[in-house]
Amino acid sequence: MLSRVADSLYWMSRYLERAEHTARLIDVHLTQMLDYAGGDASLRWHRLLRSLGTSQPTGEVDAYSITRTLTFEEANTSSIVSCIASARENARQVREQISSEMWEQLNRLFLMVKQTNMEQIWHAEPHRFLNSVKENIYLFQGITDATMSHGESWHFIRVGRFLERTIATAALLDTHFSVYLTEQTEYESEPLDYLSWVELLRSCASFEAYCKVYTAAIRPAQIAEFLLLNAEAPRSIRFACAMMQGALQAISKATGARNPGRIERLAGRLRATLDYGQIEEILSGDIHEYLKSLQSQCALIHSGIYQAYIAYPIEVALTSRGAAQA
Amino acid sequence: MILPDTPDATGQPTLPPPFSNYILDVAFDEMLGSDGRPRPHYQELYHRLLEMPTEALYQRQQAANTAFLNQGITFTVYGDEEGTERIWPYDPLPRIITSEEWQTIERGLTQRIIALNLFLKDIYHDGRILSDRVVPRWLIYSCKHFRREMRGIHVPHDIYIAVDGTDLVRLPDGRFAVLEDNLRVPSGVSYMLVNRQVLKRTFPSLFGSYGVRSIDHYGQVLLNTLLSLTPTGRSEPVIVLLTPGVYNSAYFEHAFLARQMGIELVEGRDLLVHNNFVYMRTTAGLRRIDVIYRRVDDDYLDPLAFQPDSTLGVPGLLNAYRAGNVALANAIGTGVADDKAIYAYVPAIIRYYLGEEPILPNVETYLLSDETHQKFVLKHLEELVIKEVGESGGYGMLIGPYSTAVQRDAFRQQVILNPRNYIAQPTLAFSRAPCIIDNQIEPRHVDLRPFVLFGEHVTIVPGGLTRVALKRGSLVVNSSQGGGSKDTWVLVGPSVESN
Repeated sequence: MLSRVADSLYWMSRYLERAEHTARLIDVHLTQMLDYAGGDASLRWHRLLRSLGTSQPTGEVDAYSITRTLTFEEANTSSIVSCIASARENARQVREQISSEMWEQLNRLFLMVKQTNMEQIWHAEPHRFLNSVKENIYLFQGITDATMSHGESWHFIRVGRFLERTIATAALLDTHFSVYLTEQTEYESEPLDYLSWVELLRSCASFEAYCKVYTAAIRPAQIAEFLLLNAEAPRSIRFACAMMQGALQAISKATGARNPGRIERLAGRLRATLDYGQIEEILSGDIHEYLKSLQSQCALIHSGIYQAYIAYPIEVALTSRGAAQA
Repeated sequence: MILPDTPDATGQPTLPPPFSNYILDVAFDEMLGSDGRPRPHYQELYHRLLEMPTEALYQRQQAANTAFLNQGITFTVYGDEEGTERIWPYDPLPRIITSEEWQTIERGLTQRIIALNLFLKDIYHDGRILSDRVVPRWLIYSCKHFRREMRGIHVPHDIYIAVDGTDLVRLPDGRFAVLEDNLRVPSGVSYMLVNRQVLKRTFPSLFGSYGVRSIDHYGQVLLNTLLSLTPTGRSEPVIVLLTPGVYNSAYFEHAFLARQMGIELVEGRDLLVHNNFVYMRTTAGLRRIDVIYRRVDDDYLDPLAFQPDSTLGVPGLLNAYRAGNVALANAIGTGVADDKAIYAYVPAIIRYYLGEEPILPNVETYLLSDETHQKFVLKHLEELVIKEVGESGGYGMLIGPYSTAVQRDAFRQQVILNPRNYIAQPTLAFSRAPCIIDNQIEPRHVDLRPFVLFGEHVTIVPGGLTRVALKRGSLVVNSSQGGGSKDTWVLVGPSVESN
């Protein structure tokens, strides 16, 4: 397939995953705030913003303006509206390569977020809006699996989705576990309370799944084990990395890749460290460094994909099998 | 059989509903003779329409429109902020052509494309026709689509025009004439194919009873035509369709044709030239390309050779072409042969190269660079159609009888300033065909664009795009100007003289 098409599908998928993640985080956070009595609410908002990698606002934080920045602010390239618009633009460039059902669903989602605004959703309960963003993205993913051939294009979509999920989940864990381990960071002076841990699980859509494994006993070490190393929960990092590695393997097979060694090694090593990782070791070491390293390994895989499939230098391509027929 | 009533005082026969508003005048009517009786090959359609309740007409039209919308068959209107996508108005009634009429069209177009192709080869090489003073040399060199870069370049298999869409009109005497040639990147063939698909769903039994020649194999013939252009010595040629991208008004067609042929739809940024070979960048590495069906104009094809700021093209493409490593359909520089001033010379071009009389006549054309013609035209501006020589798509036109004094003055000044850039033609009463208008049947002006393919042989898929000027009295059929289209049927056998 054309490199440009692979690029567009990959980013379409990453942007949608990002929009879904952001919508879920805000939704959980707003709901959780209802329960919270006392303490400093702005701490929690700052933690949310840090986990999304958004710049911290100066001065007073209020729920309305932060929510607006994260949902409707077009100048913010990682707001929900911006992500969905970018996903749609990528899909539009390759409209012939995806199924018409996929295009229609994405277009419907785009029109839905375009036709509303902050005042409206705030007035009508932001939960309804955020939830429907989430559901529409799940629907898109379902339609993708149900209507598109599970070939190379589909694998690029999956790589985008799971790479984005790994990075986002690692960033989210980092903001919670840095506090847990040191009991005090440059950002927060208090250890996290019960509600904060529940919020983390809910932010990963994993509260129920966690309870099935560990009961409702909320213990940070178990939460870390679940979200990092569980093999079956679709929101755990181990699961996402396994999916990503599978998709990358399928791509390298489909393309008869000239030089897949590097990406395969990177993705395989990442998967193996998670498959055989011990939570005690991870927690007794520097978890902040550990989570940072997961993210930087993902960044290496990302650039590996570009080097092997999308933006490879011509000289390399010309000397290898791909262009040998010339 | 229901016979029409006797003609009324104005000479217009009174017709039964749904034909009550049907006008017959000097223009040739595709369905009815001047006496108001249907022509033999239209009888069945005519009688079906007489029997059909008004609601049914409406329902068929709605069903057809829904089919277009659901399939996302749209075109983009320029000059609109959001680049709005619209469906192209479709009239569900077929336009029917007999097999005899089609034979003439087929022979005429074949003759024309062969002659024009020889002409292009000649003017980009020896220029015999210019030395023999059949076509004035200055006219060629002053044409904005003449590409001197093409001088002396060997074009694979000497085929300059692989894909052509020629616009025909039917004159009041019933003969078809050529209105213009489109030898650059003619579009519309996807609508021909889709119109047929939609029609088969809207009027299945009528279609079945008529014996209509199939057009479905167009994609395959186009692919074979492109294959035949492959530079010699390439055993498994790679063919691609080069599109300007999703914002182009004909993007739907580009994607449609690529899918029909099973070839890759590429943009300029997917291609690169290295050592005079063209490659596309795929996830499995660079793939060498042999034939490009390009839907990008000459000007934007190669920023190193033409428009330097074009981002739609491929730097170095002209050199790869010159080296014979890639074939282009159509060749660069074919626009010189569809310049509207050169058009006037096509009958002479046919006689010169083939020694034959043209089978399809031209429309009478005045060159404004000719002094006597210019005098005549400027005196009769309100009766004539003035066209810019290098334009298409219904742009750059003055239709005398429908123009205002201000518009005429503007054109008069431009003509005097730059006479080479304009031609004039009589305002033609070209033929009308029945259409569904407000639940009635009314006639509207139509033209016909058959699609000619020239590879190993000349192939014309039996049919074409019939474009309709849906506004009453309008003569402009272009999609950008409120025109629509309908399916075109070429009948299998000789028409039966019925009754």
